Amino acid sequence: MRDKILFVFGVVAMGILAWNVNAIARLPEETQQGVTFKIIFFHVPMWMCATMAATVALLASVGFLVTKNFKFDAAAVASTEVGLAFTTIGLVTGSIWGRQIWGIWWTWDARLTSALVCWILYAGYLMLRKAIEEPTQRATFAAVFSIFAFIDVPIVVFSIKWWRTQHPQPVFWSGGSFPPDWTHHLMWNMLAMLLLGIVMTAVRLRQEEAQREIDSLRRMAHAL
Amino acid sequence: MGFFHAALVIMMKDLRAELRTKEAINASFAFALVILLLFSFAFDPEADTTKALSGGLLWIVFAFAGTLVLNRSFARELPNDCLDALVAAPISGAALFLGKALANFVLVMAMELVSLPVFGIFYNVHWANQLGELLMVLALGTWALTVIGTIFSALTVNIRLREVMLPMLTYPILVPALMAAMQLTMQLVSGNAIGPETVTWLKMLIGFDVAYTAVSLFLVETVLVG
Repeated sequence: MRDKILFVFGVVAMGILAWNVNAIARLPEETQQGVTFKIIFFHVPMWMCATMAATVALLASVGFLVTKNFKFDAAAVASTEVGLAFTTIGLVTGSIWGRQIWGIWWTWDARLTSALVCWILYAGYLMLRKAIEEPTQRATFAAVFSIFAFIDVPIVVFSIKWWRTQHPQPVFWSGGSFPPDWTHHLMWNMLAMLLLGIVMTAVRLRQEEAQREIDSLRRMAHAL
Repeated sequence: MGFFHAALVIMMKDLRAELRTKEAINASFAFALVILLLFSFAFDPEADTTKALSGGLLWIVFAFAGTLVLNRSFARELPNDCLDALVAAPISGAALFLGKALANFVLVMAMELVSLPVFGIFYNVHWANQLGELLMVLALGTWALTVIGTIFSALTVNIRLREVMLPMLTYPILVPALMAAMQLTMQLVSGNAIGPETVTWLKMLIGFDVAYTAVSLFLVETVLVG
């Protein structure tokens, strides 16, 4: 049953993406940035999904520390990995966009720096997990680090904001001039990527559970 | 034994152990000296450029050299299973953490206070124009460094690649604190007092210290006992 739901989710996500990419390609070009501007339809949803993944990872980490249930640990690692993938693509698409419009791949501006710090923090989380053998200890330490990392993100964002910012301010909720039908396409892409993220997280979750089952069987075999 | 008394006992124990061997503090100061030397090749060490770079330079020295002290903090307890005895001792994990953090704070602060005049002599900078405020910023920045460093030292003490993992985890978390400390130090070394422009950095540094001290005290029991 779970397989079928995931399969349907994946197919729906792909369908929306195929239709939406086609529709986006037909949209008129933006006056100043031309066709380059259309990268926004991928760049912004990536970051929203990454933020959601980080939030899920935090909730799962807190859940593990409270309940000591390994399902939460598996959820934390799965959503962190998927979130890291989204963050990576977000950084790459942003970098390409910056190269086209600003003429540079990278600038040490508020959002870029804080995004990079997030990427490094969550990569550190995965490295920390790799370095610990014992499952309970690994889950506990990783959860603690995840909480530390999540608290850090808003502080980093606010502190770097006091520097000059080159990245444009949000155009969606603070009175920007984004046409409504473009917003629709963006939201569809958002939905597609969210579904994709859910599918990937669920698959990764399954792997993690299978891994623990294998570990426990192996331990049993050793005990016999 | 009360909470603060327990923390004080742990702190005195750590300081006594360190002062008998002096292994961490010597290594840390020697390392600070080496980085100060290396920086002289990185840019033209004239008074003006040095003042502009002083905040970043000093805090990179402090963060790198301080890690040597922090790495030893819990690793020192591994031989003879001292760590197990400490965890089993009838004091709370938070008191153990606070004691260790305070001891580390004293050691890192000592390294910084020796490094500062050396920096002043090598780079020809009158760094003591705003001594009181500089000391305050130093103390706040060092507390951020030691709180994060001590909790992650406890976290990484038993894992593979301990020496690599500690800086990997601490520096990204420390970004906001180091940024604030760098900005403030640069201003103060240049001779400007903390004004309305820079006071936000000070608030941020204090906020970072308070937030992470609270989270660490809350979570350290989980880290130590599991």
